Amino acid sequence: MPVQVNLPTVLRSHAGGAKTVSVDGSTVGQVLAHLAGEYPGLSGQVVDSDGTLHKFVNVYLNDDDVRYLSSLDTPVTDADEISILPAVAGGATTQQDTPGT
Amino acid sequence: MLLLPKLVHDQMVAHCLGGLPDEACGLIGGVPETGVAVTCYPTRNLAASAKLYTVDPKEHLRADRDAEASGYSIIGVFHSHTHTEAYPSPTDVAQAPDPTWHYILVSLRDIQPVVRSYGIVDGVVTEEPVRLQPR
Repeated sequence: MPVQVNLPTVLRSHAGGAKTVSVDGSTVGQVLAHLAGEYPGLSGQVVDSDGTLHKFVNVYLNDDDVRYLSSLDTPVTDADEISILPAVAGGATTQQDTPGT
Repeated sequence: MLLLPKLVHDQMVAHCLGGLPDEACGLIGGVPETGVAVTCYPTRNLAASAKLYTVDPKEHLRADRDAEASGYSIIGVFHSHTHTEAYPSPTDVAQAPDPTWHYILVSLRDIQPVVRSYGIVDGVVTEEPVRLQPR
């Protein structure tokens, strides 16, 4: 059952420049595993070697972050759309920072 | 080079000032090939911290869809440094998600906000010129 997967710009080069690919699977985890199987460059970029979602990646099923669903076990149908985006975070904290400065 | 319309600049700075005392953050939609910024997407800082920021993932998805639907892309991220200069911190560099993005820093350390932009590729930070556009 093919599910549409939207790739972020940073990963598109690993999928021949495609913005969107169609991949089989009945859970988010299966879809991502098949995605990495089809495009080996994506291997380890979304799901870590220990089988969990990469810390710096957000995966959405339609409008929802899958971390708030059942993560990689979330069921999908061919009417669903999976989107992958990088987690965007940072900050001013440095090792040189001291309290009150 | 980042071509920054004055409106986008002002929205960005206003969002950063409005976020004080915490860091504020947001995304910039535009044209990747030319570095033209078109839209400012202010987002919530989920970290709610004066030293860290995390773009709300749901708002990122919404901004990404809006940009793509308008024929643009997310081309960068901005965030404020409330007490330090407008230069990427080690945390910013380590977590830079996309080598093609513009990383815009808004320093609120001094009375006048300072806006600077950088490329971050493989941990190497390179400042780029920011050209303010009248519109």
